[in-house]
Amino acid sequence: MSELINPLHRFIRPGVTSTTNCPGCGNGIVAQAILRAIDELSMDLDDCVFASGIGCSAWVPSPFFNADVLHTTHGRPIAFALGIKMGLPQKKVMVVSGDGDLAAIGGNHLIHNARRNVEMTVICLNNSIYGMTGGQAAPTTPMGLKTTTTPYGAYENTFDISNLVIAAGASFVARWTTYHPRQLTASIKKAIRKKGFSFIEVITQCPVQYGRKTGSGSAVEMLREYKEKSVSVKEAAKLSEEDLQDRIIVGELIDKEKPEMVEEIMKMKKRASGENS
Amino acid sequence: MKGKRILTGKYFMMGNTACAEGAIAAGCELAAGYPITPATEIANRLAERFPQVGGVFLQVEDEISAIAAIIGASWTGKKVITATSGPGISLMLENIGFAVGVETPCVIVNVQRGAPTTGMPTAGVTGDMVQVKRGSHGDYEIIALCPSSPQEMFDHTVLAFNYAEKYRTPVFILSDAFVGHMREEVVIPPPEQIETVYRKLPEPGTDPTQIKGFLDEDVAPMPIFGRGFKAHVTSSCHDEYGKRNLSDVSALDHFVRKLSNKILKHKDEIIRVEKNYQDAEVVLVSYGAVSRAAAMAALRAGEEGLAVGTFRLITAWPFPEEEIEKMARKAKKIIVLENNLGQLYPYIKAAAAHYADVYFLPPRVLGEIHDPENILKKIREVIQ
Ligand SMILES: Cc1ncc(C[n+]2csc(CCOP(=O)(O)OP(=O)(O)O)c2C)c(N)n1
Ligand code: SF4
Ligand SMILES: [Mg+2]
Repeated sequence: MSELINPLHRFIRPGVTSTTNCPGCGNGIVAQAILRAIDELSMDLDDCVFASGIGCSAWVPSPFFNADVLHTTHGRPIAFALGIKMGLPQKKVMVVSGDGDLAAIGGNHLIHNARRNVEMTVICLNNSIYGMTGGQAAPTTPMGLKTTTTPYGAYENTFDISNLVIAAGASFVARWTTYHPRQLTASIKKAIRKKGFSFIEVITQCPVQYGRKTGSGSAVEMLREYKEKSVSVKEAAKLSEEDLQDRIIVGELIDKEKPEMVEEIMKMKKRASGENS
Repeated sequence: MKGKRILTGKYFMMGNTACAEGAIAAGCELAAGYPITPATEIANRLAERFPQVGGVFLQVEDEISAIAAIIGASWTGKKVITATSGPGISLMLENIGFAVGVETPCVIVNVQRGAPTTGMPTAGVTGDMVQVKRGSHGDYEIIALCPSSPQEMFDHTVLAFNYAEKYRTPVFILSDAFVGHMREEVVIPPPEQIETVYRKLPEPGTDPTQIKGFLDEDVAPMPIFGRGFKAHVTSSCHDEYGKRNLSDVSALDHFVRKLSNKILKHKDEIIRVEKNYQDAEVVLVSYGAVSRAAAMAALRAGEEGLAVGTFRLITAWPFPEEEIEKMARKAKKIIVLENNLGQLYPYIKAAAAHYADVYFLPPRVLGEIHDPENILKKIREVIQ
């Protein structure tokens, strides 16, 4: 009898046989969406270079993806990715990291590279919590939620990371949840092809440090909640701000053309070296 | 191309400019930085010259980003540099440890200034001598060069790239505001006279699962990105293949020791000192700008009939312990001269005190070059 092998298995680093994810974690859904997008684009993993920071989400490419992977320091993967892109402008550079990593400690690199519109794809796994360190509040944790560092309820306003990145100047931004793997895959494909900074926020479940500790329930319950709360960009446009409170707006939030930095640098180099004169 | 890569010739040049030219001559193609006095001229020069010769200077949002960007670019096979001063190094420290841990060649210039904190940006004070060795968390070895002239800002920068490439490690240029801003004659040799080294790579086509790209005391080949090596480069504790191991402390022991031994095993090839202490009763030990005052004081002392020699650390790290011990066996008295409150002094004393009396002399005012007259006074005092 022949063995059944997942067609995406060829993208997994040989020798990696187990995952460190907790059962029910959303990381696997996102990992699969990324690999499926690469597969559907008929790309090879050698066409890509991955960078990640520190956190459960950062372990999506490291060590699983059988590609060049730079697993860096907490909050800094985009800053490293900028250097990688400068050195290998023909490669697709992809950053995969968490909400704490990209929007808290690494927020400065996120907004500035969005502003520069450097061609790279950033996938932010937003589980609204610091998963790896044991369920502390993140800048994405909803107001009032009890976490290990907000035992009496979170008292900070939260970041809308996608809006932040749009405001900073990215050329492609989409938001989906782990309830939407197909749509997510389609957006990742667009993001990879985009000549510019593309950002995808994935609302994802951390059933252990979020679900269990905050009473949001199991992975299945959290996915059901995403389904119920999600509202498409188009529909959301018809709703009032009040109606949209506690909803998750999903879809492609922005897709526009604007100067991309690596290309602009190439032009500048031509001017400076007198190649055109 | 408009500009020549290597500007062979004789110039009256600022130290910081010479450093930038040294980087270009060494084959550097990417720099990232954030403006800071007294290092800014390096960035300015690179920003102007690089695009003419095929390189790029990126001004990024902070020094954390600068060091991260150059490490990322180094993993694509480029030679890379960043230049800053103390406050910038303080911000870079976590990622400097990352560069050490994943064995990334890069050159980091610290044009030191008056500190702590914002301090006095234009004052030359070598206050970060130990920070570069001990600033990032954990045990590690580093290479640091201490230029004393604009010519050495050029020469040491070339050497720093060669060390970085050869040993797959960050290498520091520990300059200061004096040397960085000093203008002097700088000779840039013809290209064929500039030795440049490039890192060892795995054989093209090697089975990625068979590449031992890390933790070799004789320096593993670097599985740079974009060549199909499928490198797994992680800040986590890892083995020779780059495989993460977070459960076995003997893997951690192996990780830490191999990284350190990679430098220590080769320290005789790395360490450079300048010795001029034959028959000397008193030896002046110094480095960087201060060594200029030391040389002057030794000369004057000789005119007075005093047997005074000099010993200059060209590499502060790895620390030239054995060379200092050798010197101390011959000298009776050693005066350590530093433009700080005694940063390398404890290390020098530890190596020398068994054989000689060791004294410390800062300048009368921190941030001033030592007055040779003041050094002479100290020499007379210790001889009595
Ligand atoms: C400089 C630094 N500070 C703190 C930490 C500890 N730390 C590790 S992971 C993490 C939070 C990760 O949260 P997030 O990015 O949201 O990832 P998740 O685990 O939720 O996927 C923190 C604070 C660290 N590794 N480095
Ligand atoms: S702690 Fe949460 S985010 Fe981390 S692996 Fe477990 S479920 Fe996933
Ligand atoms: Mg998180």
